Amino acid sequence: MSNPAVELSGVTKRFGDEVIAVNGIELTINDGEFFSLLGPSGCGKTTTLRMIAGFEFPSEGSIRVHGAEMGLKPPNERPINTVFQSYALFPHMSVAENVAFGLEMKKVEKSEVETRVNRVLDQVQLAKRADAKPSQLSGGMQQRVALARALVNEPEVLLLDEPLGALDLKLRQAMQVELKDLQGRVGITFIYVTHDQQEALTMSDRIGVMSEGSLLQVGRSEEIYERPTSRFVADFIGDINLIDATMDGSGSAHLGNGVTVGVPAGEAAAGAEVTLALRPERLALYDLDEEIPAGHNRVKVRVTRRLYYGDVYFYDVDAGLGSEIEVKEENRPGVELYEVGEEAYLVWSPEAANLVLG
Amino acid sequence: MTAPPVTDDQTTVAPVTPELEQAAIKAESRRGFFISLPAFAYLVVFFVIPLLLVFVYSFATRDATGLTVLEDWNLESYKRLFSPLVLEIFLRSLILALVTTVICLLFSYPFAYYIATRSPGARNILLVLVMIPFWSNFLVRTYAWRVILGSDGPVSQMSVALGGEPIRLLFTNTAVLIGLVYGFLPFMVLPLYAALERMDWRLVEAARDLYADGSTAFRKVTLPLSMPGVVAGSILVFIPSLGAYVTPAILGGAKTTLLGDYIVSQFLAARNWPFGSALSFGVMFVMLLATIFYFRAGAKTL
Amino acid sequence: MSEGAATSRATDRILGINAWLVFLFLYAPIVLLIIFSFNDNDNVAIWTEPSFRWYEAMFQDDNVMSALRNSLIIALVSTIVSTVIGTMLAIALERYRFRGRGTLDGIAYLPIIIPDVTMAVMLLIFFFQAFGILDDLLGVQFRNGLPTIILSHIAFSISFVAVVVRARLSQLDNSLEEAAADLYASRWQAFRRVTLPLIAPGVAGGALLALTLSLDDVVVTQFVSGAGATTLPVYVFGLVRRGVTPLINAVSTVMLVASMVLVGISLGFQRGAEARGQRLADPEALLDEISAD
Repeated sequence: MSNPAVELSGVTKRFGDEVIAVNGIELTINDGEFFSLLGPSGCGKTTTLRMIAGFEFPSEGSIRVHGAEMGLKPPNERPINTVFQSYALFPHMSVAENVAFGLEMKKVEKSEVETRVNRVLDQVQLAKRADAKPSQLSGGMQQRVALARALVNEPEVLLLDEPLGALDLKLRQAMQVELKDLQGRVGITFIYVTHDQQEALTMSDRIGVMSEGSLLQVGRSEEIYERPTSRFVADFIGDINLIDATMDGSGSAHLGNGVTVGVPAGEAAAGAEVTLALRPERLALYDLDEEIPAGHNRVKVRVTRRLYYGDVYFYDVDAGLGSEIEVKEENRPGVELYEVGEEAYLVWSPEAANLVLG
Repeated sequence: MTAPPVTDDQTTVAPVTPELEQAAIKAESRRGFFISLPAFAYLVVFFVIPLLLVFVYSFATRDATGLTVLEDWNLESYKRLFSPLVLEIFLRSLILALVTTVICLLFSYPFAYYIATRSPGARNILLVLVMIPFWSNFLVRTYAWRVILGSDGPVSQMSVALGGEPIRLLFTNTAVLIGLVYGFLPFMVLPLYAALERMDWRLVEAARDLYADGSTAFRKVTLPLSMPGVVAGSILVFIPSLGAYVTPAILGGAKTTLLGDYIVSQFLAARNWPFGSALSFGVMFVMLLATIFYFRAGAKTL
Repeated sequence: MSEGAATSRATDRILGINAWLVFLFLYAPIVLLIIFSFNDNDNVAIWTEPSFRWYEAMFQDDNVMSALRNSLIIALVSTIVSTVIGTMLAIALERYRFRGRGTLDGIAYLPIIIPDVTMAVMLLIFFFQAFGILDDLLGVQFRNGLPTIILSHIAFSISFVAVVVRARLSQLDNSLEEAAADLYASRWQAFRRVTLPLIAPGVAGGALLALTLSLDDVVVTQFVSGAGATTLPVYVFGLVRRGVTPLINAVSTVMLVASMVLVGISLGFQRGAEARGQRLADPEALLDEISAD
């Protein structure tokens, strides 16, 4: 990969003596990719973004943009633009003046400024509101102005700090698609911070999951979802069942209720404590007398709750393992339903589980 | 696609180390300090130093010709603060300031409440109407009462017309009280209004929902929540009233000396600067106590 | 305020009556004063017929005119200087962290709560001492006069300006300034193009306050002015102590109307800016700030 867009090496941020907001991050973001930093509030993702932008300086570490070290450069000397969570549109300027701001600061020629501003306003479909003030626009429109204002400068990297947070669900989903398309068309590297894993999974080429200042896992959406490498990541993304088990000598796992199940081949040593991470949709319920596919794991359970979600059914089942296990069944025509109190077999393919250590 | 990287000044930019971070923080700090410097310097020279000088002077002596001698440091001036005459003047001023504050509060609270409960349009108009006297010249507003309360003034004339004696209100404590209330009423209204306006009225609604009647809801919800406004307004009225000079000078009589005039006379007529300084410090001390007291009292009700 | 929280009809009526009484109380003296300034009679309170006689006398009175001139010069200079310094102070306190900030914050609040008598005493003694020292050092005897008055007015105005501007500044989303930097603006450009326009109403409010404080001031000015220079309020104050004359009525009315016009202009400016989609700070914010502590 020639010249990655952004490289972080050993980036740490300390506030005072006690708080370590960001702890030794190593990250490479590729040119032209849509990269999301995902994690719960306070995990350090926004701080990391702000350090890339230049609003904060790292306590130590290196941040390189296309190979160029940023060091202590202030934000106005970095080839990066930001879309803020609150949009930060200048209230006393019109939409067009807002968008033109960056170009004016860089002393771009007036005629070129006008052309570029009009072009980008067309791209976000706000050409007709060019003279409006931000307070006269809806949240969705303001967000597009913020986007236009950043993009018009053709930055090397675009940073987005939870830009869709203030929008209602339908609008947010529409904007997610729009943003993804836009990024594809424009080709600029996007670094997107969010706590909404749905958003990250949908929009990103790759995701970096953070927790308590550390980067836990980086990978494509499928990797993060299907093969989480830590308990936290498994739990944070989507619904997950986490079942403790102990490895026995022959590569199988011994569950708390005495049942032995097959697991994906891995490096877990005999006797090691592991966690099986199982997505609810990878589990199925079978009648006690039904035939079960070969090689699949099978545990006897009792149904304790059934919830109807329209497109899916959620079952809580008791396997004698302490906490209940969640099963998700698609509401297909003719699907078999299980009543509360009924006994059934919980079935899954050994490969569907993720073996997580620690 | 994206532009090729800039390479000119790459040789000089290094990754960040803790030392560099500290240097950047210090630079930012210095910048802020310099921006504050004009104000800092000005206030130190023309405020802090004068304050210290007053403190120093309060321990000095006054020689026979009325000049201040910066030797023979003593506590005479402070001792004099406790003499009967001074205590009497102080007490008179204190009572006057307290009464002024209470009267202002009694009339301003319903007034502010009324304004805060009008529609936004009406509120704006009413506020402007309150602001106009607030911003108008203080001396002139006090002087207006001099005209009104004079023995030939409208008040007097009216009482005569009603068949009674001409009311002689001028040069009495009552006149000063009226003048002080008039002068400082807006200072009480505005913080009260601000506190009431920002209040969450849904809390009153909730109280009503929980079977409280109007006056209980007021006592238990509105009043405590508006306390910051009451405290702020009270301080803004009490403190200037305690040290009032102009109003008593115009409306008050020679027989009833108040603190403001007493202090001023030490520097003009009586020429006893050390004593005047001690008085000033004494008054400031009381005001500081009053401020703390008001804040505590206000906080308790919350 | 919602319906559920509204007061009963009877209470509302009482509140209304109280409100109108208060308004009457606030305005009656002002109105009476204005009316009487047009009185032809020498005796202030006995009304004969309307005339401009006293206004003519006022404009021909050299003392009054020179006092007026002094007042205006002092007010103008002290307002400009204290607004600039006060705004810088507000920015430093609100946006930066540096050693001594807490102390400065405390010192900056003192002029607001100290009564003017104390302020007058402080500055009288200060100038007296300072001039004495300068005389010993340089052999030049400085005297009280316009400069000392101006310096004194600036001293008490800075804090008021700072409080008003700070109130406005704290309402500003500080990601706006970050956005400006993100869009390649230098510190100064960000200040000039983003911060300053948005705090302008606060700065204007602070300036108006400084202007009013200067034009209103009696005690401090009296203490630090010299033989030659006097301001209009101090002059009027002196006159009043000797007795009420219709001339004073006329002068007072002019002062009153002038200050009311000033308020009107400033409020009109605020309404205009509001129409342009901005929220503004006003004296309420000043009092808000104090009551919020």
